[in-house]
Amino acid sequence: MAMTLDQKLAILSDAARYDASCASSGTTRRDSRDGKGLGSTEGSGICHAYAPDGRCISLLKILMTNFCIYDCAYCVNRVSSNVPRARFSVDEVVQLTLEFYRRNYIEGLFLSSGVVRNPDDTMGEMVRIAQRLREVENFRGYIHLKTIPDADPKLIEEAGRHADRLSINVELPTDRAVQAFAPEKNPVTIRAAMGGVRQHRAASKDRSHTGKRPPKFAPAGQSTQMIVGADGATDATILTRSTGLYADYKLRRVYYSAFSPIPDATAKLPLIKPPLMREHRLYQADWLMRFYGFGVNEITSTAKDGNLDLEVDPKLAWALRNRDHFPLDVNTAPREMLLRVPGFGTKTVHRILTTRRHRTLRYDDLLRLGASLKKAQAFITCADWTPGGLTDSDTLRARFAPPPEQLSLF
Amino acid sequence: MLTIPLPRIGTWDAWRDAARACLAARTPPEDILWNYDNGEGELFATDLPAPVVRGTVKVPADFVEMAKWVVWHNDPQRFARLYAMLWRLRLDKGLMTDRADADLAKLRQMEKAVHRCKHKMRAFVRFRDLRTGGPRRSFAAWFEPTHNTLEPNAPFFARRFADMDWMIVTPDVTADFNNGKLTFHPGREKPDLPDDAAEELWGTYFKNIFNPARLKVKAMTSEMPRKYWKNMPEAQHIPDMIANAEARVREMADAAPTLAPARVARIREQLNETPQPASWNLLDAGLQTCTRCPLHGPATQVVPGTGPRDAALMIVGEQPGDAEDSLGQPFVGPAGQLFDRLAVQAGLDRDAAFVTNAVKHFKFKHGTKRRIHQNPNRSEVQHCKFWLDTERALVKPKLILALGATALASLTGDGNGLLKRRGQIEVSPDGTPIFVTVHPSYLLRLPDHESAAAETAFTQDLRAATNHLAALSSSG
Repeated sequence: MAMTLDQKLAILSDAARYDASCASSGTTRRDSRDGKGLGSTEGSGICHAYAPDGRCISLLKILMTNFCIYDCAYCVNRVSSNVPRARFSVDEVVQLTLEFYRRNYIEGLFLSSGVVRNPDDTMGEMVRIAQRLREVENFRGYIHLKTIPDADPKLIEEAGRHADRLSINVELPTDRAVQAFAPEKNPVTIRAAMGGVRQHRAASKDRSHTGKRPPKFAPAGQSTQMIVGADGATDATILTRSTGLYADYKLRRVYYSAFSPIPDATAKLPLIKPPLMREHRLYQADWLMRFYGFGVNEITSTAKDGNLDLEVDPKLAWALRNRDHFPLDVNTAPREMLLRVPGFGTKTVHRILTTRRHRTLRYDDLLRLGASLKKAQAFITCADWTPGGLTDSDTLRARFAPPPEQLSLF
Repeated sequence: MLTIPLPRIGTWDAWRDAARACLAARTPPEDILWNYDNGEGELFATDLPAPVVRGTVKVPADFVEMAKWVVWHNDPQRFARLYAMLWRLRLDKGLMTDRADADLAKLRQMEKAVHRCKHKMRAFVRFRDLRTGGPRRSFAAWFEPTHNTLEPNAPFFARRFADMDWMIVTPDVTADFNNGKLTFHPGREKPDLPDDAAEELWGTYFKNIFNPARLKVKAMTSEMPRKYWKNMPEAQHIPDMIANAEARVREMADAAPTLAPARVARIREQLNETPQPASWNLLDAGLQTCTRCPLHGPATQVVPGTGPRDAALMIVGEQPGDAEDSLGQPFVGPAGQLFDRLAVQAGLDRDAAFVTNAVKHFKFKHGTKRRIHQNPNRSEVQHCKFWLDTERALVKPKLILALGATALASLTGDGNGLLKRRGQIEVSPDGTPIFVTVHPSYLLRLPDHESAAAETAFTQDLRAATNHLAALSSSG
């Protein structure tokens, strides 16, 4: 019996949930005020709903099909799994996207797919969906295409002309792990595809000698994802890898996805409780490297056996290990150092810098500026506050770390 | 006491005009009573003071941007607070950057609340298809915002849903978008909207995109507070999703591994059917998986030689650069482009030559902005010589053009004294003649006043090599 659209949607969204990205931000501004199309993008993305896993639902994140000829151990869609399979037609994906969009459920489409027949056929069909949405339906919302690295570079180039974002997953933090758990995938091909996207993006920004702009190519950039906790890679390995990825391929984001139980798992990769706290710490470290001026070595220097402290966040961990820099006078300290104070975010730091031109900052002023003083107070001085012996106190860490849990006897 | 009436629809324009006039007339804040939507009754209504023409009123742009949103807050004091701030700004122009000022902090906090409310409306409004059947499709939604944000938000919906008619009804205001025209009307009670089949599909999506192994209810409710749930069709599924999550995860863990489906064997067989490798294939495959030296780690990909596989001329450079590494092609970066230009002048046909490098992976270190080229060391050149030798054995060129010391070292075992050996013809161990010249990237590094002469010299080298090749070819 033929499957209903509802049954297909159930299978193909279930299969897509392990992709972390749902971002719909950072693309060009577009709207449909001319009345000839549908949709708009205005810089920041919109999270239209949240599921009980705390993740934002911004895009219709589905697989074109979950049939796949590859056998990646960590993946629910691997060829050797017995999960039910389904396949959308081009028309079904286009209609679902548009009808959901019209009801304000979504910002657009995040389309991924298992590899059927061969990489070119699969990628070609995904490109056709994006092209239909853009050129026939005049859809101006957000499109994110997960690219298949083995596909013909011409197809990837075409994908970049329709999509706002392209992504290619590096899957696992080391090449060795990819070879072990995703035998048909080639880390070199994955890197080459990311390099190709980077070059296309760079070329799309060069004006010709007449000043003409080339067509836009994936204006919201490219991103990637790696699974955390499936192989033995340490946080230091993972962060060093992502630093390289950011630098080599100008990625917008590296997503870390805690390895999560899947139906019909393989014996090769036993199921674990997803290491959610570890994933969270990796994101915090990633942010510190991108927005707070921390080097990867500074963050991993505090890591025991190469892994980040799960009890306190990496910025606090760094501050606790480098107390000789503190306490810092918020009324005179330079921006780079203020950014290193636990409890101060980039916005708080910006406000401190503008406000201190008007007045000498006091404790209550900092509260009004949005600082989290519970954390910051041990590391700063201001007009009416000094931490005294707190900065160097032996018990400082204990104030932040959760109390030790008593092991359950049963 | 001056009472200024402010309407429910068009509040911002009314407040801005009144505030402008009052400020021009130097009316102090304590003399004004802001009467929003006739909340104070008609009794006290008084006319505005006639605008005084005494120069324009200058207000910091930051303030306008903030006030534009704060007027939609539901705090009855918002207009008075804004005007009081405006009054202070007259004398203290820089006040807007003093984030520790208590009045400003309060206004910023209100602004943030309105922005959040605006954002949640953009996110959580749910349209239903009215299926009216005209040329334009027609949708409607009922929404209950915390603050009065429909009016400032409606243009967003107009930009987004311009090819359909829509209506958003709230208890205070109704926004109606009809044939491209946006109008506002008084609010009403919740309208009776027809059922929409798409809501069921959306519920299916919502239930299935949820990962039961990552239950984080607090993270959900902090971003999607319960007060919004009653108007969101998907929210009815949340209690069941939470209740069944644990059991679903346990089921996954307890399930015994299954046997792979029958089709797997057939698919694996197909995947393994690669053609029997000839020697070029062996070279390609070997290069792709080469781990002879550590350079394969950080590099994007190996960059093999390209060109006719029976070329008479083989050109050997140093190693791929940043662009070559990304594209997988040799000589496409700045040095490659310079080479191409000068080759045209020298009459050398690059497309007829097999172009490759002594080292096949890009060696670099990370700079602040880009990847900075590093010279390959002796051991790396030595490891990669295996591949260069294989290429030479397969192409069997009549002449090799060695560009720079690294190529020379790999081809002859000695890269010293390049400038002295330049322009001469040496012989490789297998007897192939090698024409020696510099690497084009050397020309790129020269100061401007030397580069023209150097380019001429390099072009002469290329011409000499081309002539030599012609002589070799004609002699058989």
